[in-house]
Amino acid sequence: MPLFEAVVLALGTIRAQKLKSFFSLIGAFIGVMFLIAVVSIVKGMDKYVQEDFAAKIFGINTFTVSRRPEVQFGDVTDATRRAWRRRPQLYEEDFAAIRAALPSQYLVAIESNNQVEGVAGTRSSSYIQVSGVSDDLFKIRDYKVESGRIFSTEEITHGMPVVVIGRDVADSFFTGMDPVGKTLRLAGFPFTVVGVIEKQGTVFGISLDRFAIAPYSSEIKKVVNPHKVVDDIIVKAGTLDSMKIAQDVVQSVMRSRHHLRPAEDNDFSMTTQDDVLSFWGKISSVLYTALPLLVGVSLVVGGIVIMNIMLMAVAERTREIGIRKSLGARRRDILAQFLVESATLSTTGAVAGILAGLALARLVKAVSPLPMGISPSSIVIGLLLGVGVGVIAGVYPASRAAKLDPVVALRFE
Amino acid sequence: MSDAVIRTVALTRDYPMGGEVVRALRGVDLEIPRNEFVAIMGPSGSGKSTLMNLIGCLDTPSSGQYWLAGLEVSRMTDDELARVRNQQIGFVFQTFNLLPRASSLHNVELPLVYAGMKAKERRERAERALAAVGLGDRMSHKPAELSGGQRQRVAIARALVTEPSIILADEPTGNLDSTTSEEIMKVFEELHRTRGQTIVMVTHEADIAHHAERVVTLHDGRISSDRQKAA
Repeated sequence: MPLFEAVVLALGTIRAQKLKSFFSLIGAFIGVMFLIAVVSIVKGMDKYVQEDFAAKIFGINTFTVSRRPEVQFGDVTDATRRAWRRRPQLYEEDFAAIRAALPSQYLVAIESNNQVEGVAGTRSSSYIQVSGVSDDLFKIRDYKVESGRIFSTEEITHGMPVVVIGRDVADSFFTGMDPVGKTLRLAGFPFTVVGVIEKQGTVFGISLDRFAIAPYSSEIKKVVNPHKVVDDIIVKAGTLDSMKIAQDVVQSVMRSRHHLRPAEDNDFSMTTQDDVLSFWGKISSVLYTALPLLVGVSLVVGGIVIMNIMLMAVAERTREIGIRKSLGARRRDILAQFLVESATLSTTGAVAGILAGLALARLVKAVSPLPMGISPSSIVIGLLLGVGVGVIAGVYPASRAAKLDPVVALRFE
Repeated sequence: MSDAVIRTVALTRDYPMGGEVVRALRGVDLEIPRNEFVAIMGPSGSGKSTLMNLIGCLDTPSSGQYWLAGLEVSRMTDDELARVRNQQIGFVFQTFNLLPRASSLHNVELPLVYAGMKAKERRERAERALAAVGLGDRMSHKPAELSGGQRQRVAIARALVTEPSIILADEPTGNLDSTTSEEIMKVFEELHRTRGQTIVMVTHEADIAHHAERVVTLHDGRISSDRQKAA
């Protein structure tokens, strides 16, 4: 019998026994759905982390010196946390020392953050991300001014009460007007808005435009950190190689400032985009290791279900097999009929699983900022697995059917 | 003798049953010429079903030889037998043995599917066979939508469609009332008369056997009588 007719026949049988078919489909369905959904979600996150997250938050060829690591890898023990808390703070003098140690083509900036309440006229809002920064930060972040200007080195030196705000802050406090020249009170201190930064977008659904940036030397220092303490010192290099050189320089500057002996570990952290990426790489490799297991278990279970359903089908349809044999069906015809039937079952499940997996990925895309990374290879693998499971699960039942004695099969009630 | 479509020599068939061996056929020599309409009779346990299975190539003999249309089939493999069944034999069963989910047309097409015939030709031939048994207007009906007599006609059409050497009918009227039985026997007689179709029919009813030209009676696995009906 040609394959096409065999598939049509199998689909007819599947239609005739809907409930039974549904149960036999479900294993392949779930397995393939997981495969497709997880692969496209993980791929989506991959793309996201590499193209958006790491670059937007950390920047390329950039590293951050801080007291504690910016990202924490895996399980951190309490002892480690306590050790981090005992580390010395970073001070403005550290910034000055690093700035002095690095050639001028490197960008070096201070950034200290806090969340404070902002008030402008009658409007107020808590949770504005305020940063006290030095001037290179604008270049490091590649912030472009939408209106107004950034503050000058002069204003930083004198600790002037000026502020540059993000798009969201401008929209919520100064709806429909130009914020430049207006006053924005941050934690009670009045600041004059000098510029608005163009829209940065979101990361993981969190807006990157709810910020207000003021000179680190301005009144903002009173709300972000104790006297002369800074959160981060950010260094940006032109190339990866020069960044590595800078890391060495900064490390020795900081070690000597902290009087560390050669055997002692660093009591400060340096985080790069690569650290974030390798952290993500660890997470995604765990997911990719767990995935085949998950898919494998569903497919094995699905295969066993299909095998049982097919054994039942062979038993129930013994007479049909007898009839077909009496009409001239050879062993391989019967074998092929049941193999095609079981492969059609599981492939139908796999196709439904692919659709459901894509729908799931689409749903994740709709409710989260993650893009969807459809991988054609996972769809092909899903399909092949579907066919494969059906064929493997069908071999035993089909060979039982093929070996039936026509005389016995015809007598079967 | 070359004209014999069926020739058996000392055909035996034993079945192991528990520790014993049931000797269902104990040496049957039978010759059926082309174009004959033969009834095989006998009480239950006489071996007529066993003989029928052997003649129908559904089973192989324990010893002896069997030629069907000149082919030695007693030593064939399963798949060779399947081919012989497909090409040389048309079965008509007591319980019709139609596929319940398939239309009349599809049921009749089925042997041609296994013969590897193209869909278009298959369809034409199946339609002709159904028309020949008077069911030209019931092609798309499923077995459940047909009467017993109609079902048996579908089965006859299915047996005819491959133009087999013999039609082998096993109690073809066993599940039918007497009026319908007569109708079905008329169909067989008609096939025999107009096409010269060789028909071998197993039955235990004398008035059904009466339609045949020749009646072979089995008893305890042997032929006990072989009578030609007076023309």
